[in-house]
Amino acid sequence: MSRRRRVLAWFAARPNASGYALLAPGMIWLLLFFLAPIALMLAYSAMKRGLYGGVEPGFTLEHYRRFFDPLYLDILLRTILWSFVCTVLCLVIGYPVAYVVARAGRWRQWLLFLVVLPFWTSFLVRMFAMIFLLRDSGFINGVLLRVGLIHEPVALLYTPFAVMLGLVYGFLPLMILPIYASLEKLDVALLEAAEVLGATPWARFTRVIFPLSLPGVVAGSLLTFIPALGSFVTSDLLGGAKQVMIGNLIQNQFTVARNWPFGSAAAFVLMGVVLVAVVGYLRRRDAGDFVG
Amino acid sequence: MSGPVVQLVSIVKRFGSALAVDRVSVDIQPGEFFSLLGPSGCGKTTTLRLIAGFESADAGDILISGERVNDRRPYERGVGMVFQSYALFPHLSVARNVAFGLEQRKIAKAEIPGRVNRALELVRLDPATYADRMPAQLSGGQRQRVALARALVLEPRILLLDEPLGALDLKLRKEMQLELKALNRSLGITFIYVTHDQEEALTMSDRIAVMDSGRIAQLGTPAAVYENPRTAFVASFIGASNFLSGMAESLGDRRWRLVGRHGTLVVRAEPGVMVEAGREVRIAIRPEWMDLFPPDQIPAGENAVPGTVQEVIYLGETIHVLVALDPGDVVTVALRNEGQLIKPVPWTRGSRVAVAWLPEDCQVLEPDA
Repeated sequence: MSRRRRVLAWFAARPNASGYALLAPGMIWLLLFFLAPIALMLAYSAMKRGLYGGVEPGFTLEHYRRFFDPLYLDILLRTILWSFVCTVLCLVIGYPVAYVVARAGRWRQWLLFLVVLPFWTSFLVRMFAMIFLLRDSGFINGVLLRVGLIHEPVALLYTPFAVMLGLVYGFLPLMILPIYASLEKLDVALLEAAEVLGATPWARFTRVIFPLSLPGVVAGSLLTFIPALGSFVTSDLLGGAKQVMIGNLIQNQFTVARNWPFGSAAAFVLMGVVLVAVVGYLRRRDAGDFVG
Repeated sequence: MSGPVVQLVSIVKRFGSALAVDRVSVDIQPGEFFSLLGPSGCGKTTTLRLIAGFESADAGDILISGERVNDRRPYERGVGMVFQSYALFPHLSVARNVAFGLEQRKIAKAEIPGRVNRALELVRLDPATYADRMPAQLSGGQRQRVALARALVLEPRILLLDEPLGALDLKLRKEMQLELKALNRSLGITFIYVTHDQEEALTMSDRIAVMDSGRIAQLGTPAAVYENPRTAFVASFIGASNFLSGMAESLGDRRWRLVGRHGTLVVRAEPGVMVEAGREVRIAIRPEWMDLFPPDQIPAGENAVPGTVQEVIYLGETIHVLVALDPGDVVTVALRNEGQLIKPVPWTRGSRVAVAWLPEDCQVLEPDA
């Protein structure tokens, strides 16, 4: 019996083994590179700060206590608010786009291509591009000055507006794609059925199209909200030092401030927020609150 | 009011350069069970969608109860529709699905539950059991009933059905056919039914329009289209037919002599069928209209073509005998099964036989359009 046949016979005798075998690569990967670092960070977050970075032995909850100082709590609340506003803006802008793309017939592939196109360049490059648009000598101010609408540059860069613009620009495709996917599956016969039953175009949207696209709306909202919570590049580049988000705080603790335990604690608080938000959102959805 | 409830006057529908519906005219009477029958792509579904208002006609008029409705929206036409895929709203319960049209038409809230229940009872779904179920929890047949209730609850004058039984298994389909027919009778609603299943159309319809390439190839009662098919297309699409042909010579009184490779056949044309002397004419003969005899016992006055039995097929109700006629063609002869254990058919493979039929038991065909 060849080795190959022995292996196959071994699996044939153990019906569950092939399932585990297929799971193994992914499980091992996640264990090594996701769960283990997280466990490590959890441990760090309750240890004493090392003088030059790193940690020193000992148990303390001081870092968590410190995080609930108004200074840091403000950053957390602002981050949550901005992420929420960003998600709502992405939904309001992205839903009509997804709808048009899903109904675009033979142009659909091209429109979809345009939606995905920004992913071809790095997020960082896209944010730098925003700087060229927004800065005092940038494109927008240049045009406004030339047209004569303004007489001196308007401060756009390093404002909350710039950060929000960057966040929405960066995450919009993540909202469009899941909504597009759920709208694209929508059976046209459902709309015809609604029409012959007397539904106006608005009723067709509110009673049929939107409720049936909710899975896409939920997926898109999570895909936008969660990365927005953790983002730091956008606020760093477009917001300057004044518009700090919690991502910047965490990054800063690990790099400049060399306070690993506090950075870890902040990261865990953020994870807690995400967990509560996601679980709450999904449970409300399952309870049918969103279904008209 | 009397007069046709639906009138199509020379309607035309093009999709790009393709002609989907080509000058179709038909009057449909109130309470009629009217079927549009044909193969896929024949224009039957497009015709139905033109009546519903989902497509707009490029030419011609659509009249409902005498009024031109070409420019009216679907819900302004007084029609209900049952879709092939049922098109139930997956996020709404059975009761909410049925109530949908009532809510859209701003029917008083207090009136809705009663009407929903009555509609469900009409299609024999117990409201207590099914009202709160979601479509995904229903079988195909139950979904079909909900779709029907959703259309009927609005009490339309006309119910349009687009292959509504296509996805059901055979037994359930037969059951639903009879139920649809009974609903049509008891409610007095006009049913316009699209199907590609000739047996279904024959079972239920008062009249059938057989469609081919966007046109009505033949319009008539089930018996008329089955027994007097006017073209080879109709003869082969509805039921099975054997086709023979020959050069026509007039014998007077609609009787013709056809001279061809199967010898001389005598046929009688239906009134109105145009036959030109000296031209090749095709005839269709239903398998059950033919009989088999020993070659030396051909009854007087019948057409007879000699041949050899190729196969005897036992089908239960009937026995099909495939006969290779002497100059080549194979015809099917259906014999009634009178009990193969008691009185078996005397033919076996290789038997020499004569295939015979009466001059009036065949159909002289017009050329296909």
